[in-house]
Amino acid sequence: MNGITLALSKGRIFDETLPLLAAAGIEPTDDPETSRKLILGTNRDDVRLVIVRASDVPTYVQYGAADLGIAGKDVLLEHGGAGLYQPLDLRIARCRLCVAAPVGFDYAAAVRQGARLRVATKYIHTAREHFAAKGVHVDLIKLYGSMELAPLVGLADAIVDLVSSGGTLRANNLQEVEEIMPISSRLIVNQAALKLKRALLQPLLDAFAGAVAGAAA
Amino acid sequence: MPVLSPSSRRWLLPEGIEDVLPQEACRLEMLRRRLLDLFRAHGYELVQPPLLEYLDSLLTGTGRDMDLRTVKLVDQLSGRSMGVRADITPQVARIDAHLLNRPGVTRLCYCGSVLHAVPAGLSATREPLQIGAELYGYGGIEADVDILRLLAAALAAAGVPSPRLDVGHVGLFRALTARAGIHAELEEELFGVLEAKDVPTLRELVAGVAEPVRSALLALPECYGGVEALDVAAQALPADPEISAALDELRFLARVPNGVPVGFDLADLRGYHYHSGVVFAAYSGAHPGAIALGGRYDHVGAAFGRGRAATGFSMDLRAVAGLVDMPARELAIAAPRLVDAALEEAVAVLRSQGEVVIVALSTHEDVHAQEGCDRRLERRDGRWVVVPIQGE
Repeated sequence: MNGITLALSKGRIFDETLPLLAAAGIEPTDDPETSRKLILGTNRDDVRLVIVRASDVPTYVQYGAADLGIAGKDVLLEHGGAGLYQPLDLRIARCRLCVAAPVGFDYAAAVRQGARLRVATKYIHTAREHFAAKGVHVDLIKLYGSMELAPLVGLADAIVDLVSSGGTLRANNLQEVEEIMPISSRLIVNQAALKLKRALLQPLLDAFAGAVAGAAA
Repeated sequence: MPVLSPSSRRWLLPEGIEDVLPQEACRLEMLRRRLLDLFRAHGYELVQPPLLEYLDSLLTGTGRDMDLRTVKLVDQLSGRSMGVRADITPQVARIDAHLLNRPGVTRLCYCGSVLHAVPAGLSATREPLQIGAELYGYGGIEADVDILRLLAAALAAAGVPSPRLDVGHVGLFRALTARAGIHAELEEELFGVLEAKDVPTLRELVAGVAEPVRSALLALPECYGGVEALDVAAQALPADPEISAALDELRFLARVPNGVPVGFDLADLRGYHYHSGVVFAAYSGAHPGAIALGGRYDHVGAAFGRGRAATGFSMDLRAVAGLVDMPARELAIAAPRLVDAALEEAVAVLRSQGEVVIVALSTHEDVHAQEGCDRRLERRDGRWVVVPIQGE
C-alpha cells in the first residue's frame, strides 16, 4: 500500500479521534458502528482506517500492517512497545489505571504486612511491575473481562483495571484503593514507515500535534 | 495443555527453528556467495568464529540484552558456563584484538548462524543467518564511509527493493548526558525513550535535568529526516566540541554518494549498547523493520587486550532473502543413462559451464518426466545436443 493506513479501535477512541482527523483534513466515509467493514475509506484516496481490537493496535503497527495507530497507554505498556515510535500523547480517551478492592477490604494493611495478594486483571505485565515496585508478592489471575466480578465471588482480593467514572465499581460495591497511573491514548508509528513515508506522515503528525496543543490551550 | 503424543509430533521443531527447503536454500546460498564475493573484492577477509564460547569471553562488553539473548549450557569437560553466540560481531572483535594483532587496518567479514534465546525484534526466527563486515584500526570517518559504501553495494548486489540508509550518532547523546552529569540509571531510561521517540515520557524524565541539556534532549526526537535535520540539530544542541565533531561526521556522510538515499535520525541509538559513534540502519520498502544494522563500536576489543577503533555492519540473510526477487530454482537439463563416452563428455562440458544436468539412473526412466528440467540431451546425427522439452 502506497498511502497511509491508520489502525484504531472503535468506540471511545474512534469517536475522540475524529476531531484530530478533521484537523488533518481527513473524514472517514463509513461509520464503524453501523458498517461491518473492517477497512474504512476516507475522503482522501491515500488514507484508510483499519478497525481492530484495542489490544491488537500495537501489533498491527509493529509489523507494518498499519503505518500509524492510536492505542491507550495501558495497551502499550502491556505490549511493551518494542519496534514502535510513540511520539505524541493525544490526550484522548483519558482514564486511570487503578487497584480496586471490595468496600471494607483493608488494602493498606494487606499491602503493609507483605501478605500475598490475589489480583485479577487483564494487565498482567503492568500489575506485576506495580506490585514488584511496592515490594508486595502477588498471585496474578489473568481475566479478559468483567474484572469487577472477581473479588465478589472470591476469585481475587483486588483487581487492577481502568477506571473512568467509577460507576461500575460503585455498582459492584468496590472502591478504588490506589491509582497506578493516568491513561490516555498515544499516537504510535511503525519505525520503517516513518523513514520511508515521511513526506506523507509528517503533515499528519504535525496536524495531530497542532490539534492536541489547541485542545489543551 | 493437552499432552502431545510423542509419535505423532516427532516432526515438530522447537519454536522459531526451521528447516530450509531446496528453493529457499538455493536463494540463500546464491545470496551468501554473492555477498561474500563482494566483501572479498573490497578486501574483507573471511573468518569463521566458533558456534560456542565460554560466557566470560562471549558476553564481554556487550550489555545486558545480549546476556538475555544468549542460550547457555555447561561445558562437561571444564565445568565452565558456555554460551551459543547470539551475535558474531563481538567474536570478530576478539579475533582482531587477540589473535591477529596486526598493527594497521584489518578488514574482516563473516557469515554464520547465530542463536537467540528469544526472537529479536520482528523476526520470528531464533536462528538468524548473520552476515557482515567489520573494519578495525582506523578511527576516522573514512572507515565509516568504507563500511557504509560496502553496505550500499551489498544491498544493491542482493537486489533489495527500494533501499534507504538511516544514520545517527551515539556520540551526541553521550556528550549530552556527560555534560549534565546524568547518572547511569537515568541514562539507560533516556536511551529507551529516545529509541521509541516517546516524547511525553522523555519530557517527564528530563524535568530535573539542567539547561541547556534539557532542551537539547527534548530536541533530539525532532532531528530526523534529510540533511536539514543536521541544521536543526546544530541550532538546538549546545556548542560543544564533541557535538560539533559528531555533526561534522554526519554531514560528511551525507555527501558520500553510494547510490542509496540517506536520511538522518539523531534519536536513533540502536545497538547492543556497545556502539560509540556513527550508527546506521538500512530499510527497504518491502520490510516493516530495519534489515541491516551497524555503526562504530570502538574499544570493544579492550577486554581482550587491545582496544581498537572499529566499525561495521551485519544483517540477517534469511530476512534479506525473503525480500529479494530471485529465481528460486535453476531449470535443469535431463540426460539419458550414460551409455557412451560422447554422452559422458557432453554432460561434463555442460556441467563445467554451470548447467545442472540430471542423468537418468536406468534406461527405462523417462527423461521427459524429470522434475525441474526444461531441456534434455538428445542424439541427433551422431552428436549429443540440447533440445527444449515440449509441454505435454
